[in-house]
Amino acid sequence: MRVDLQEKKLGKERLERIIEICVAIENHQVDPFALNVDDIISVVRQYFPHWDQPDELKLDAEALHHLASVIQLQSEWVKQRSTSLYTDPFLLEEKIRHTSKQGMIKVFASAWSPLVESELLSLPAIMQGLLYWDGLVPLGDRWKNVDVSIVETSSVSKADMVKARVLSDKEFGEELECFWQELKLGVNEKCLDGKIAYWDFVGAESYEETVHRAFLTAFLVTYGYATLEIDRLEETVDIIPFEVARFEPLSVQSVSVPIAVSVEDWQKWKEGKQL
Amino acid sequence: MSAKRKGQYAGKVKKASQMLFYKRHVKPGVKGWELHKALGNDYPKVLDVLDDYLKPLDMQVKVVFEEEKQPEKPTIEELDKARFFVTLRNVATKDKLMGWRVDDLAGLAIAISYIVSNKGQVARKDVEKLLGEKIPNWKVGLNLDRYVRYGYLIQDDKGQLCLDWRTRAEVDQKKLIELLLSFDTEADASEMVESN
Repeated sequence: MRVDLQEKKLGKERLERIIEICVAIENHQVDPFALNVDDIISVVRQYFPHWDQPDELKLDAEALHHLASVIQLQSEWVKQRSTSLYTDPFLLEEKIRHTSKQGMIKVFASAWSPLVESELLSLPAIMQGLLYWDGLVPLGDRWKNVDVSIVETSSVSKADMVKARVLSDKEFGEELECFWQELKLGVNEKCLDGKIAYWDFVGAESYEETVHRAFLTAFLVTYGYATLEIDRLEETVDIIPFEVARFEPLSVQSVSVPIAVSVEDWQKWKEGKQL
Repeated sequence: MSAKRKGQYAGKVKKASQMLFYKRHVKPGVKGWELHKALGNDYPKVLDVLDDYLKPLDMQVKVVFEEEKQPEKPTIEELDKARFFVTLRNVATKDKLMGWRVDDLAGLAIAISYIVSNKGQVARKDVEKLLGEKIPNWKVGLNLDRYVRYGYLIQDDKGQLCLDWRTRAEVDQKKLIELLLSFDTEADASEMVESN
């Protein structure tokens, strides 16, 4: 059992290393042919029987996906070399270094056909311009002074501000805390696995309320009250509340996760809920 | 094409030449769909006639497709998305600078040929290093920015330089590389010594 676990750990490390190399190749930091595809496939094949957990299988699929990208890059490289346009960059660089400016121009001019383009005013164009000028209202008339009436300053109560929706009836921190409690309660009541689907939590009766809840959820995640679990294969987003707020996300470099909350998405969610 | 048919196209050719010669947008040239709208469905034929007229004047109608690779038999949809220009067919030696400064044009030639040889993409700092060997360093950056502004080169957010629409319209890349490789550098060097 222990041997199997060790084997799994080693396999995961090797797959992660493979992915790392493949990504470096995809970013043009390493030569695509530095990777021996046969060796890598044998490593992937060797560890495949050990994988039974979704995250392990995901890692395996990810390694194969990146490997496919590397093979594509290798194929492009071969194709490019086999075209008549290919020239050894080193050879060409040497040639450029040893050719004078005049020589370069001589060569370039033979392969260059510059654009022909004119700018010219015609009589009708001038007439059109004059007519436009005649019809143009002077700036003073177009930018009339905005009529701003002077009003007396006076005080306004918090209740009026809340009524005018300038202020919320709760402090933001307090509202966030309540929202966090609601999330925890919702997860405990509805879900056994400690997480809730993003739309099931954020979705509300009206679109405005949904946007407000999405806004607060973003702060819950940013401030370390909850986290997001994103499954890119299944295209699902879940919210996992923390029992105790974790403030590390604010101190370490975090990743922004854009989630669109469009009217269409909200309507789709609402229709799905009604079915 | 017969003289009769050319006559039928005369009006459309006149319109096409006005559209292609005179600047209409910030970017030179005319989009295929604009020509389609102004000249009708047979605008590719109109452009063929115009090209015939331009031949004795050492000019040509050039088309640059959206995709880098030129389709063998372009469809009308592909032509509609393409951009059309009038270019010179050959640049006579006496006019070879076309108003450019010798340093600037040589720099452009070097940058384009270096990018072509590097699979169409190269780090800006590598081009700067190469140009810096023959052009003052303070000028290298300015020149590269100018080539980008004119549409010869395009720079991505990772600092990689690629060829842009204008190079595709104006430069025969294959010919440039072939000529450069076959250029006699020794004769060129001795010519330079003699002229000095």
